[in-house]
Amino acid sequence: MMSLRRPTQDHPLTRLALAAIAIGFISVFLVLPLATVFSQALSAGFGAAMRSFDDPEARAAIRLTLLTAAIAVPLNTIFGIAASWAIAKFDFRGKGLLTTLIDVPFSVSPVVSGLIYVLIFGLQGWLGPMLREWDVKVIFALPGIVLATIFVTFPFVARELIPLMTDQGREEEEAAASLGASGLQTFLRVTLPNIKWGLLYGVLLCNARAMGEFGAVSVVSGHIRGLTNTLPLHVEVLYNDYQYVAAFAVASLLALLAILTLVVKSLLEWRYADEIAAVHRH
Amino acid sequence: MSVTAVSLRARWRNPSALPGFGLSFGFTLFYLSAVVLIPITALVLRPWELGFDGLLRVLGDHRVLAALRLSFGAAAIAAVINALFGLIVAWVLVRYRFPGKRLLDALVDLPFALPTAVAGIALSALYAPQGWLGEPLMHLGLKIAYTPLGVVVALTFVGLPFVVRTLEPVLADLGNEEEEAAATLGATRWQTLIRVVLPTLSPALVTGATLAFARGVGEYGSVIFIAGNLPTVSEIAPLLIVIKLEQYDYAGAAAIGLVMLAASFILILTLNLLQAWTAKRQ
Amino acid sequence: MSLVVDSVTKSFGAFEALKGVSFTAPQGAFVALLGPSGSGKTTLLRILGGLEFPDDGSVIFADLNWLHVPARSRRAGFVFQNYALFRHMTVAQNIAFGLAVKPRSVRPARSAIAQKVEELLALVQLEGLGKRYPSQLSGGQRQRVALARALAIEPRMLLLDEPFGALDAKVRKELRAWLRALHERMGITTVFVTHDQDEAFAMADLVAIMSAGRIEQYGTADEVRKSPKSPFVAAFLDREAHHAPQPAR
Repeated sequence: MMSLRRPTQDHPLTRLALAAIAIGFISVFLVLPLATVFSQALSAGFGAAMRSFDDPEARAAIRLTLLTAAIAVPLNTIFGIAASWAIAKFDFRGKGLLTTLIDVPFSVSPVVSGLIYVLIFGLQGWLGPMLREWDVKVIFALPGIVLATIFVTFPFVARELIPLMTDQGREEEEAAASLGASGLQTFLRVTLPNIKWGLLYGVLLCNARAMGEFGAVSVVSGHIRGLTNTLPLHVEVLYNDYQYVAAFAVASLLALLAILTLVVKSLLEWRYADEIAAVHRH
Repeated sequence: MSVTAVSLRARWRNPSALPGFGLSFGFTLFYLSAVVLIPITALVLRPWELGFDGLLRVLGDHRVLAALRLSFGAAAIAAVINALFGLIVAWVLVRYRFPGKRLLDALVDLPFALPTAVAGIALSALYAPQGWLGEPLMHLGLKIAYTPLGVVVALTFVGLPFVVRTLEPVLADLGNEEEEAAATLGATRWQTLIRVVLPTLSPALVTGATLAFARGVGEYGSVIFIAGNLPTVSEIAPLLIVIKLEQYDYAGAAAIGLVMLAASFILILTLNLLQAWTAKRQ
Repeated sequence: MSLVVDSVTKSFGAFEALKGVSFTAPQGAFVALLGPSGSGKTTLLRILGGLEFPDDGSVIFADLNWLHVPARSRRAGFVFQNYALFRHMTVAQNIAFGLAVKPRSVRPARSAIAQKVEELLALVQLEGLGKRYPSQLSGGQRQRVALARALAIEPRMLLLDEPFGALDAKVRKELRAWLRALHERMGITTVFVTHDQDEAFAMADLVAIMSAGRIEQYGTADEVRKSPKSPFVAAFLDREAHHAPQPAR
């Protein structure tokens, strides 16, 4: 019998094979590691896992992580809005260069991201002697951790909003201006409602990275227990101490945050596809 | 304002009815300089205090060379693996319908969302000699954890979403018409794929693999736990920066950092050229 | 409150959109800017609305140096080619926008705004559609919402960019007569951009034929139609007369 497949359809066996390869690859490389986190955390029972969070050092790590994100994410959000307003709503020379520079932190190794601040604020850094005289600590303290986190999450909101606002054009804002709206009114009443889902999407990704950053923060933190360890650094310390259950229990908390981020992200993409920029690269 | 000032300003940017350019552009430039540009300058300037010879001595060191070779080599191998499997995953996700597809699609972003330290200890536990995958692989005579192979596995994990997410929109845009045209002209399915589909996808495929490579070269958190960090064998370049910093060898750390930064900028340039290539194709 | 445009030039990079445009229109005139796409008519309209700024030249309106008045203070009712309705607001909210953003001291009471919106909805024959969103309206309805929104601020001049460009021929014809009647009732200076000469001659008192950044001819509709001054005008009118109107850009 003649095959009645459409010419664009793969042979059923090909389809089966390719789907199996795709599912197999994702299972081995993505699902198994995730499952490992939870299985190791629960290897001594649920109670043992939960006890890892009674530790004051764990509590301090949670507080530091939340505090860092609470500073870095709003700052980068304000930056993202300002940058996308300037880039999307105006024409000026050097726009392409500016857009490229904003993306630079994505291409830089996390360790290098931490290193650059050590070279400025560290003991032997540019400003090191001066800071020491004033008794201000940046490296091995909160400011350094916040700076490194800001650097690695720098482009998230901006790169989400720039294509979105460019796509939406300027006509609605021009209409608002011609109807007598001030700049702030135009932004709050016309622009913001149009970009709110894209903005939320960018903030969500920015926050996930801010809470989960390891390499950059590791370089500037100094690993002072109970003081400068964020959650990911606390995971490292526990793991290197052979406290596997506790390490994986804390890691589970971060993994749950990641899963929550992915769920909200998928919901946003599914529900508001048109209102989120079309291109997503990270 | 003098006539020249007006015309100069007019030449730099088109005047606009919308307000807020000065404020948003000024803040963008200030924040970008403070967080990104000035700290990066610190890195670019620092290693030269060693003198050119000193710089070469640091980079010519046997251990440093081995680390750079591992970081770049493993990232390249992982990028090739991801290009191959990422293509299959993207094809399956765009072209086929099956239950659980949305879940599979969301899972692809896991490496973006999961903190690298969590991924690192999970991969390490998974591929350790007693781990779920480590044990069976051991019986096959394959040791992954604490070897350069472990580095490749970790970099494959972090790189996959770059290839899939870059290919997906291009595949979705591709539509069926060109393939149908090829079929009506007498091409077999295989000929159509090789001569029509693959060439259309190739810019995106190369872009995705380059992004994965760029991420892999600088990756730290997901690698250091599984790599074993044996000097000259399984020690990656970012880790060597951390080690040099711990020894307060700022200039040495900056020298390696500078090489990695240079690689980042070359890759950014490559990606911009690739984008131009892609734009020309469409 | 006459409008005097004098030697206005505007370039975008190397492209000269306007190469010295001058014309005068008395208070209450209905002026059509007619020409092929790329002739500079939309740029000129945007300059009148304060959305674009000329490199040189002057615009006087109501004895004011119009170019020094920012867009938000001009009270120039601008109707965009694609309407530029606020997509997240209802029709009523769109129309009320210009009143709602006024400073508190001069802003009408909420009830007064609501009443004004009702009046305008009646004026543009969209009674009962205030709660709809722009996406739920037809092209002709959106066009009339855009007009009502512009009229809400009691504009000193009305600027229309290809107002009927996106509509089908039947709706166009209906709206022509309606808009002309509206203009007469309001008595404000109206400038509108079109590439359709039937539309221009059917509605306007004064017609400016534009080509490549210049006004080729300016005069009453009758003058321009009956005695074209240049080969371009003659050819443009002739060509247009023998062909169906081109679709909008």
